[in-house]
Amino acid sequence: MAQEFWRWKEYNWHDENIQPNGAAITGGVDVGSVSSQAVLLVNGQLYAYSSTRTGSDSPNSSKKAMDWALEGTGLKLEDVKFIVGTGYGRVNVPFANRAITEIACHARGGNFMYGPTVRTILDMGGQDCKAIHCDPVGKVTNFLMNDKCAAGTGRGMEVFADLLSVPIEEIGELSFQVEEEPPPVSSTCVVFAKSEASGLLRKGWPKNKVIAAYCNAMAHRVVTLLERIGVEKDFAITGGIGKNIGVVQRIERELGVTALKAKYDPQIAGALGAALFAKALLEKGK
Amino acid sequence: MKANYGYLDGSGQYFITIDTDHCTTCPHHGCVTGCPKGLFEIIVDDYDDCVSQVNEAARKKVKYECAACKPMANRPPLPCMAACTPGAITHSW
Repeated sequence: MAQEFWRWKEYNWHDENIQPNGAAITGGVDVGSVSSQAVLLVNGQLYAYSSTRTGSDSPNSSKKAMDWALEGTGLKLEDVKFIVGTGYGRVNVPFANRAITEIACHARGGNFMYGPTVRTILDMGGQDCKAIHCDPVGKVTNFLMNDKCAAGTGRGMEVFADLLSVPIEEIGELSFQVEEEPPPVSSTCVVFAKSEASGLLRKGWPKNKVIAAYCNAMAHRVVTLLERIGVEKDFAITGGIGKNIGVVQRIERELGVTALKAKYDPQIAGALGAALFAKALLEKGK
Repeated sequence: MKANYGYLDGSGQYFITIDTDHCTTCPHHGCVTGCPKGLFEIIVDDYDDCVSQVNEAARKKVKYECAACKPMANRPPLPCMAACTPGAITHSW
C-alpha cells in the first residue's frame, strides 16, 4: 500500500505520579473533523490524554479516544464523574453529560495551558480556524471563526503533505530550508493552492520551496482573520497546526508577536477545556 | 462576548456580530421576528445565558441572505438592528 504522508501518529499519555483512586475525575472529549482527543483530570490536574484520528462515526471516534486515554490508568469510563463533549461531533458523544462549543473549550483550555495572561488564542483545527479573545479566567469575550474553506487549516496541510510526498510532521522544518522566502500560493482556497503548487512543481520548484509558499499562504490566511478581531497580548496557538513551526513562525513574523510556548500538547486544548468545564459543572452539581 | 457569525472569502468579510453581554439583557429578542429571513434563533449559550445567535444554516451565506435588506441606494435601517433594542447587533458590510 502506498505511504499516506498525511497520516500523523496517534498517541496517549498519563501521569504516573498522580494517584486517581478516590479523587474527583472529570473528562473532556473533543471530536474534531480530523482528530479526536480525550482528556482526564484528577482533582483539576491533568492526568491523562489521547489523540486519535476521527473516523466517519462520531460516537465511535469519541469512544476510541476516551478508551485510549483510560488505557493503562486502571480506570474505567464509569469512574469518570462528569464528561463534557466538544468539537464538531460534540452532540454525538454518547457518554457525555453535556456538550459545549469548542470555542468556549479552547479558551478555557488555553487559559489552563498558557496561564491567565493569554488574551488571544488562535485555534487552528482540522477543518476551521478560530480567533478567540478571552479574559483572565478563560471566558470568551470575542470570537471569529472561518469554516467556509480549508485554506488555513490542518486538512489543507494534509492535502499538501500528500501532494508533495512529505510526512506531515516534517513539513514545518522543511519549509525553512529555502534560500529566500517564496511568495505565498493562493490563500483563498486549498483546491486552488493545490493546483498552483502542482504547477510550481512542474516548473521545477523544489518541494521545500513549495512547502514554504504554502506555509506562507496559510499564515497569511489566519493573520487576516486575526487582524479582524485584533491581537491582544499574550498570544497563543492551539490545535494541531500549533505544532508546525513553519506556520507558527510565519504567523509570528507577520503579526510581529511571539506566541507563548505550550506546557502541554496544543492539540489537546479543546478536550482539556471541556474537562475543566466538566469539573466546574460537577462542583456545581449540574 | 462578541460573537461573530459569518465568514471571510475572496470577495470580502461578511459577519453579523452579536454582543451577548447586551443581548442577554433583552427580554423580548425582537431580532427573531424582526429578520424577514429568520436568521436569528434563541439559545442558552455555554455560560448559561439566554442569547440570540445566527442559525447555523445561514452562517455561510449571510452575504446573500441579507442582500434583500441592503439595497445599493436609499438603504433603510436593517430590520434586525432596528428590532434589537439593546443595540447588540452589528453588520460588518
